[in-house]
Amino acid sequence: MKGLSKDRLWSIAVLTPSIILIAVFVYGFIARSVYVSMTDWGNDPAQALAENPVIRWVGLANYSELFSGFLQGRFRQELVSTIFFTVFFILGCLGLGLGLALILDRNPRGEGLWRTIFLFPMSLSFIVTGTIWRWMLQPQGGVNQAPTLLGAPPSTFGWLSSQDAVLKFDWNLLPLITASVVGIVLIVLAVQALRAGDRRRTLVAGLCAALLLVWAVFIGPNVKMLPAPELHGFNLALIGIIIAAVWQMSGYTMALYLAGLRGIPEELREAAKVDGASDAGMYRFVVFPLLAPITLSAMIILGHISLKIFDLVYAMAGPDNLSTSVPALNMYLTSFRQNQFSLGAAIGTVLLILVAFIIVPYLVSQFRQQEGHA
Amino acid sequence: MKKALLIATALAVTSSALATGKLEIFSWWSGDEGPALEALVKLYKEKYPSVAVDNATVSGGAGTNAKAVLKTRMLGGTPPDSFQAHAGQELIGTWVVANRMEDLSPLFKSEGWSKVFPKDLVRLISSKGKIWSVPVNVHRSNVMWYNPAKLKQWGVTVPKTWPEFISTCATLKAKGVAAPLVVGENWTQQHLWESVMIGTLGAQGWEDLFSGKLKFTDPRVVGAFTTYGKVMDCANKDASGLSWQQASDRIIDGTSAFNIMGDWAAGYFTTTKKLAPGTGFGWAASPGTTKTFVMLADSFGLPKGAKNRTETMNWLKVLGSKEGQDAFNPLKGSIAARTDSDLSKYSTYSKSAATDWKNSKIVGSLVHGAVAPESFMSAFGAVIDQFVASKNSAGAAAAAQQLAIRSGFSK
Repeated sequence: MKGLSKDRLWSIAVLTPSIILIAVFVYGFIARSVYVSMTDWGNDPAQALAENPVIRWVGLANYSELFSGFLQGRFRQELVSTIFFTVFFILGCLGLGLGLALILDRNPRGEGLWRTIFLFPMSLSFIVTGTIWRWMLQPQGGVNQAPTLLGAPPSTFGWLSSQDAVLKFDWNLLPLITASVVGIVLIVLAVQALRAGDRRRTLVAGLCAALLLVWAVFIGPNVKMLPAPELHGFNLALIGIIIAAVWQMSGYTMALYLAGLRGIPEELREAAKVDGASDAGMYRFVVFPLLAPITLSAMIILGHISLKIFDLVYAMAGPDNLSTSVPALNMYLTSFRQNQFSLGAAIGTVLLILVAFIIVPYLVSQFRQQEGHA
Repeated sequence: MKKALLIATALAVTSSALATGKLEIFSWWSGDEGPALEALVKLYKEKYPSVAVDNATVSGGAGTNAKAVLKTRMLGGTPPDSFQAHAGQELIGTWVVANRMEDLSPLFKSEGWSKVFPKDLVRLISSKGKIWSVPVNVHRSNVMWYNPAKLKQWGVTVPKTWPEFISTCATLKAKGVAAPLVVGENWTQQHLWESVMIGTLGAQGWEDLFSGKLKFTDPRVVGAFTTYGKVMDCANKDASGLSWQQASDRIIDGTSAFNIMGDWAAGYFTTTKKLAPGTGFGWAASPGTTKTFVMLADSFGLPKGAKNRTETMNWLKVLGSKEGQDAFNPLKGSIAARTDSDLSKYSTYSKSAATDWKNSKIVGSLVHGAVAPESFMSAFGAVIDQFVASKNSAGAAAAAQQLAIRSGFSK
């Protein structure tokens, strides 16, 4: 019985409780939410809070309601907002974080103090950050008053209250846009495979691309998800929230990048200098490539934070501000204010899938790396 | 002798058993509204000194947090003895339809309340011929606030109808007032919408709208949406960043001329801003609603399965009594739901509101939970937001109609 050594038994005994807890409270509840999202619990107000509610199975009806239902324009706008928010939030954090890290890497005077100052916002909760920034971004106060210090008239930009949107597109065009983008990516892949001389891959990618593009040209334009055009875009009111979020999280990316920069052996830099690399060249060809894995980790962590964001938006713009709303907020309102539990569960499931899109490939790649090292 | 002693002991035991009564009151009244609730509890304790009152307050404006906590408690099978809810459909459409509340009509009968509460009010808190809650206060939602000195300076009078309001708005704009009307975050825009609707459709039209007799897609309603769009054109562009207090501030400083807000604004003007009613700030019924009182009320009900039923019934009796209402309302800044209250205890504004309460047609407020269930109200916020951005009357009306069908009060 070598398999059941004392060590083994111990480890099993120690792990069992957490395995059971995770199975019930994470995976069990995920399964339950997905199940609820495929029922009609709450669509009839009389049944929503009844003692023994009658719940019927409706399959994917709640999802089709979310993506093409007349009343769920709010959810679709939120999905678009979330995508824009995620992109700008990640770019902002990475850019600002890298910039700060590069400055600190030059060992300025009082480096420890600066590091603390930049990292400090991260120790606040999003609620606190949100409240502070709501004061600063008030229509008549804070940031908008800044120009008066120079004698200029105060700015009137509605940081959190603007109703304007840019980059608008019709939701009906979404399948068409998706098909075209995927098709173009596949063409690029096919060309790459052709250059590499891989005939099978060239054929598969090329055929898929051709199919998608044919669909996009001939069938796509006639697909109507909604009875009327519905424009969604990047609401300018989101800018205020992005600023606050970047303020909060860029210290964290700075810390990551700083650790990365400090981890680059001095010899490498010296070797580059001996080879005649300029400062810019050294960063371009030596330092940045070595920081790539850090960038990936930061993107993963920031990405899932931004997809799930709730408290910051709630604190800054309130729950009923359509131009700044996000799916997590809508899930809360739908479930706990409108008592539409199944629709709320469907929104939650969509969020879970979005986060999984980011996390799962990352976990897989990490797992492979570890296997490789072992 | 021994027997008598025994009986006396038994009596003492029973009465001390009665004395250990408990009552849990669940509300969202904290902060400014806390003292008003305390006054009620004090009155209750004077009458029933042996009962231990547990004040389970969950703070958060308009019950945003409390309602979520309440849902977990009700679904979990541990309802509070009595909980606060806006009178009307917010309670009926959520808890009564789910068969979770007890019928209070016997209490109304035994206390003779049907005579002292206005008929329109009793209709609002009833469904299927039964009465479901005891209203403790009344606020008016259709009040237009203004700054009398400023109006004189601009040379305009208070408009009596919405078309007149729109032309007054044009006059003011010509005089350089960028935003003659001030609105705040989403719910205050719904609040305004409600005044425009009632001012345009009339009280009867409004009631028909929420009993399903009048459809949202009816040309009259679509037309009222269009009027609302024109009214919103008079408003400030930074609305969603303003709380109702910040919006009211713009009346005082003369940035804007008018604001439609409930009568808690009177408390804010007099108590916080130290302004004299009538000179520092003025009020009128919102355009087109002079003889209509759009009301909202806080009320308490009795959930099925409440642990301390007797104490709760006593609590409800205190709530509905004249002295209970007159202890609570002057502190809360509202008026009594009863028509026989002692007006000497109330402020100048409240006196005028109490007179209107007796002499007007009473209808319920949408945004404050009287006429439509939560499922409608909460989703309707998004409809208003979309309408303000797009100004598409027909689209907004169609969306509202679908919501009404989903919420089960229209077909």
